[in-house]
This record gives sequence, C-alpha cells and structure tokens, in this order.
Amino acid sequence: MPHPEHSLTLFPAPQILSGVTTRRIMATVIAALLPALVAAVAFFGARALLVVAVAVASSVLFEYLWCRLRKLPNTTHDLSAVVTGMLLAYNVPSTLPLYMVVIGSFVAIVLAKELFGGIGRNFANPAIVARIVLSVSFPVAMTTYVAPNLALSDIDAITSATQLAPSAHAASPFELFLGTQMGVLGETSAVAIVVGFVILVVTRTITWHVPTIYVGAVFLFSVLTGHDPFVQVFSGGLMLGAVFMATDYTTSPVTVRGKVVFALGLAVLTCLIRFWGNMNEGVAYSILLMNLLVPYIDAHTADVPVGVSREKWKGIPAGRFARRKDNADA
Amino acid sequence: MAQQGTRHGIWPFGPRKLRGADIPHNKVTADQQTTCMSLPSTIVLPMQQHIGAKCQPQVAKGDHVDVGTLVGHAEARTSADIFSSVSGTVVEIRNIFYSNGDTDVAVVIEPDGAQTLDGSIGVPDISDYQSLIAAMKRSGIVGLGGAGFPTDLKLDVDFAHIDRWLVNAAECEPYISSDYREMMEHADTIMHGLTTCLDLSGVPQASICIEEDKTEAISFMKKQAASDPRVEIAVLPERYPQGAGHVLVHNVTGRSIPRGGHVTDAGVVLFNVTTMSMIGKFLQDGVPLTKRRITVMGDAVAHPQNVEVLVGTPIREVVEHCGLAKEVRKIIVGGPMMGYSQVDWDYPIVRQNNGLLVFSEMGMEKPRTTACIRCGACISSCPMRLYPREIQNSYRRGDAEALDKLAADLCMKCGTCSYVCPAKQPLTQATRLACDQVKAARKAARRAAQKKGA
Repeated sequence: MPHPEHSLTLFPAPQILSGVTTRRIMATVIAALLPALVAAVAFFGARALLVVAVAVASSVLFEYLWCRLRKLPNTTHDLSAVVTGMLLAYNVPSTLPLYMVVIGSFVAIVLAKELFGGIGRNFANPAIVARIVLSVSFPVAMTTYVAPNLALSDIDAITSATQLAPSAHAASPFELFLGTQMGVLGETSAVAIVVGFVILVVTRTITWHVPTIYVGAVFLFSVLTGHDPFVQVFSGGLMLGAVFMATDYTTSPVTVRGKVVFALGLAVLTCLIRFWGNMNEGVAYSILLMNLLVPYIDAHTADVPVGVSREKWKGIPAGRFARRKDNADA
Repeated sequence: MAQQGTRHGIWPFGPRKLRGADIPHNKVTADQQTTCMSLPSTIVLPMQQHIGAKCQPQVAKGDHVDVGTLVGHAEARTSADIFSSVSGTVVEIRNIFYSNGDTDVAVVIEPDGAQTLDGSIGVPDISDYQSLIAAMKRSGIVGLGGAGFPTDLKLDVDFAHIDRWLVNAAECEPYISSDYREMMEHADTIMHGLTTCLDLSGVPQASICIEEDKTEAISFMKKQAASDPRVEIAVLPERYPQGAGHVLVHNVTGRSIPRGGHVTDAGVVLFNVTTMSMIGKFLQDGVPLTKRRITVMGDAVAHPQNVEVLVGTPIREVVEHCGLAKEVRKIIVGGPMMGYSQVDWDYPIVRQNNGLLVFSEMGMEKPRTTACIRCGACISSCPMRLYPREIQNSYRRGDAEALDKLAADLCMKCGTCSYVCPAKQPLTQATRLACDQVKAARKAARRAAQKKGA
C-alpha cells in the first residue's frame, strides 16, 4: 500500500544524472598516469617515486592553503591537484632538488591555476607553465638526467642531453619506445604512455584526435625534413605532452574540427622549435602557445546548430576574449 | 564512463548522424505482456491533457456519464476534447495542482462498474482526408509520446511538400517500454492507422523509426510492413535522444527542421507509434481515447510492468496494482530524462503519459554542483549541436544578444547536457530558461517587424 505520509521529492528534469563526476574523471587520469610511474620507478629508482610524492603532496597542500586563505570551498577532493602534481613530477628529471619541485607546484597551482579562478578557468596547462618556469629558472638542474637502471645498451652515466641533442648516444627505436633512455621522469617510456592513452580513450575520458594527430603530424614533418622520425616521436616530451597535457579539457578545443586545428598547430610549432629553434622544451612551448589560442579556435570551429543555415550562423562568441564593438569609444 | 565523444560517433567520416549520449536503457519490462488493472475507485480528469489551453467542463456534479461521454470541450485550437473513461457519476469538480505550481480544474467521476458505452459512439465514416481530420476531432487523441499535441491539428497540414510519413517508435527514454509493447501487441492497428493515413493523404512513403537495439521489434515490424511497399523500417542509433523530433527527422531523412520552423518544413509529418495505433483503433471501433499503456518501474516497485490504465486513474491506484517494495521518495511521471516529479499521490495518469517511475532513494540527494571544468561533454553530446556551457554562461550574464547568437531557442530540453555533466551543473534548467527568453524575444521582434511592414 502506498503511504500518503511518504513525502515525495520535487526535482526538475532530467531526473537521473550520470555517475561521472570531476573526481572520477581525475581518478581515471591518475590511473592512466600510473604505467608511466611504474616505468619511471623501474628506470630511475625510488628517487622518482619521491619526486612524484613531493610534487603531489605540495600541489594538494598549495590548493588547500589557497582555499583556506581565500575562504573558498575546499576543492582538493576533486583530485585535480593530484593530477597536476603527477604531471609536474613527470616533467622534471628524477634528480631535481626537492625544493625546486615545491617551487614548481607553487607555480602550477597558485600562479597558473588558482590566480585565474581555479579549475576550469586556467588559461594554460598548469604543469606546462611550471615546467617552463623551472627550465628557465634552473636550466642545469632541469637537464641533469641520469641513465636508466634498465638500459639495454651502455650509456654514459650522467650527461645533459636527451636523444634530441646532437651529442646524444644513438638509441634504437625499440629502446626509445620502451623508454630506456635519458629524459625527464615520466616522458621516456612511450609504451607506458601509450597504455595510458588507451585507458583514457577506452573510458571516453578523452578522444583520440589530439594525441594521434599531433604525434602523427610530427612524425610526418620529421620524415619530410629529413629528421629521424622515431627519435622525434619517442624521445623528449612529445608523447607525454600529446596524451596528457594537450588533452587537458580546459585548455583544448571542444569540437573535432577545433581539435584537428589545435593538434596541427602543436605539431608545426613543435617541429619549428625543435628543428630550427635553439632551446629545449619544444613541446612545452608549443602547448603553451596553442593553449592561448584555444578561445579563438573554439570560436571559429564551432559546429552549426541543427536547423540553423550556415549562412545565418554567426559562430559562438569568444567569451571574455571577444573583442566587442562597444568596447572602444571611436 | 565519461562522455567525451564526437557528435557523430568516433569516426568523423560518413553520414553525419546526430547521436546524443549513451544512457543505460534499463528496459526490463520490455518482454512482459501488458497487464490490465481492475476498475479504479475514482477517475480524475484534469481539463488539460494536451499542449494547449484548458478544456471547459461539460458536465456538472451529479451527472451520469458513460464511457466516451464528452467531459471537457476544447475551445482552443491546440486543445483536444476529453472523454470519460468510465461509466459512473460525476461526484466533484475540483481544483488540482500541478507539481510546477499551476492549478487546473478536474472532473472527478465515481465508476459504477458497468462500463456502458456512450450511445453516440459509432464507427467513424471516413471517405476522404477531411473526414479523417473531422473524425480525429472526436477521438480525443493527442501526441501520446508525451507532447500531447492534438492529432487532428497535426493531421491538418498541406501535403503539397510532404513526401514522407514518419512514425516515431524510437522510445529513447530509459525505463519506458510502452511504445515497444504497442508494436509487439498491436502491430495490426498501427499498420491500419498508417495505411489509412497514407491512402487518404497521398503521401508516397512511410518510415517506422526504431532504435537499433530493439532487434525483435525491427524484425517483427518488417514482417508486418512487408505487405505494403510504401512502408519501410528505419533503424536509428542506440543513443538518447533519438526519439526527439529534430534528431529523428535529421537521422532518417538527412533534412533539418529549420530554426523556429515546424516539422512539416522538413517535408515530413511525424507521429508517435502509439498515436498511430490509437488512430487505427479509433477508425475500427470509434471509441475515443480512454485508456493507454504506461510503464511502471523503479526500485520501489515490487512488480515492474506495462499496465493498461484508464485515463484519469490516480497514481496511488496504479502503484497499488504493481505493489510496493520500499518506501517511496520520488515519483516521476514520464521518463527519467524529460519526465517531471510528482508530489501528489492522487494526481491521475493523463493521456499523454507513457510511464510512471517510483523510486526509493535514487537521486534523492541534490547533486553537488562543482566548478565547470570545460570538458565539453555537454557540447559534444548535445543532439542539436548547441553550446549548453556557453548558453548557461550567457544566461547568467544576462547577455540576450549572445543567447540569440547561440540559438538557445533550439533547445528541446532533452536533459542530455545535465545528464553528462561531471560538474553536475544545471545546464538543462539554464538552457530551458534561456530558450524561453530567446523564443519570446524572437516573437516580439517578428511582431515588431510585421507592424513596421503593415
């Protein structure tokens, strides 16, 4: 018998919501980052784990402190600071002094993320900004790589170059793919990153477009310009950047067309910086530069709503970046 | 699973079908025969059981009514007459409240158990298309998929540009299986209604549109339609909301309904499959719409099933028929995506309802809204290719110009954006408000332009 005293709830449609939350998405990303962590510990030892732990702990702490100081609701439960911390650690060598790791966390969480309004409002990927700040501030520490423990071939102990540097020891494509090469903590093992990519695509956390087109285009441009495509793709930060950082929701376009434009732009910039530039961090700089263009890419690659004729469609406004007619006096 | 995807599936090439989101179907009642329930103790007939204005009660307290007696007369164009579903005595004409706060007048009838048919009922005499429309005016049939648009008005179109008669059997709402049972149990009246309409209107081609996961219904309806070369079965992707008019028309014909336009502007007419069946049944026996099938489901229901209920049966009695397993905390009339929650146990099932969901705990806690992470799930799953995220922002800014640019008036309130949002933002609600605002603004602008022209 239905009981009249059962009080019933009123709620607007839709009455059901998916179980996907920001926290669950971030947990999926963390899971996808774990293979690379395993590879990093195998290659670079416990020190890699320490760097990751310090980066994660300090990132979460900075976010917590920021929320406390600014009297905002505590957002650390969404796990996004953990993802940022892990990505930051993956972007530094395992030998980096720990205080520098903490500085990186501060840059990523406070300067790049919270000052712009927190999750969903950052203009660029926080870990990328931190990597660039660290490599500009501490160029020597940021390029002091150690040889991996599990090297297949003999590598000189401490050098200061990845495979991209001309003086580097020539590794086979297989070694490069496996990741037994020198480099920053999380970027050396292409195979671990590919596993992470598969996890992200299968769980529909990201689409395949940006990583595949970005890496594919770099491969193609390398062949066309006479560079070794395997070295270009499997060493340096390309795989890590393409899978985990160029796919950051907040700082990448939303439509497929936008994603294609974004990925091709990344590939062109990366190749320009790597082949003809004179600095490291080709991937980091190209992601940073393309991040800045995302509002414009979004505005100009918008899908036409169903039933609106293409001629009448004025595109979506570019949000706060839109230059408005009523902005200027003249 | 998160819902990152493209609006056209993983593969970017090929026919660009509108897709929507993956939402678990939960159609456990689909394979059970429809049950009947005993005569309810009261029948409550609200005067609004359609999209338009309220009907005027045609009976007074103490009057005797039979099955099919006119109870509410439709004066507005977009309303449809309401007929008694029982024989009995009118005991009360009272006010009732909708869960959105609106009030309505309802005729309350106490059944006498005889279920005698009204004397005026007879098989309609149909000779041409105009007589079909006239007959439908006396049928009380409205769009039974949930819209409640009067069928006679929907039939009253200029067929000069119409080349296809679409039958919507997508039934994309989770949990609901009443249209599916209609196909499995009453394919004959569906086909009768459809062929009569095709004969009289002269429309050369008809498609019965079914979602691809309903394989039994597809093969069954293919057999039923084999005798008529005009009728084909169109298969839709297994995604919510394939049954929405714009999506269905686009995916079956490749044409779009223009912004602010009507489904006939795409050269098609579109009828729900149960509506089609009721048209066929009315043409055979002339009894107005007095009962319909609803799916009763939810974790608080002991025996989920499809039930044939008399229009006007209070929710309480339907739930009693199916049994309760748990304490009830939420009742949803319609499907979980577009249905509304009902707080009145005595509110009746009306003719455009297709489901009744009774839950104990599910969705009881108000979802915790967190910051938008700009994941784009709402955008990539919007079946109308709208920008719910931007619409919500513009609505909050009060930016009417941006809302018009974003075509917020195209929203059909399917609820997909809110469903997929990982931040649990109230996107559907914001877009619904924005939609009404833009529609009103465009209407005002049209009127102003007309005045200028005149």
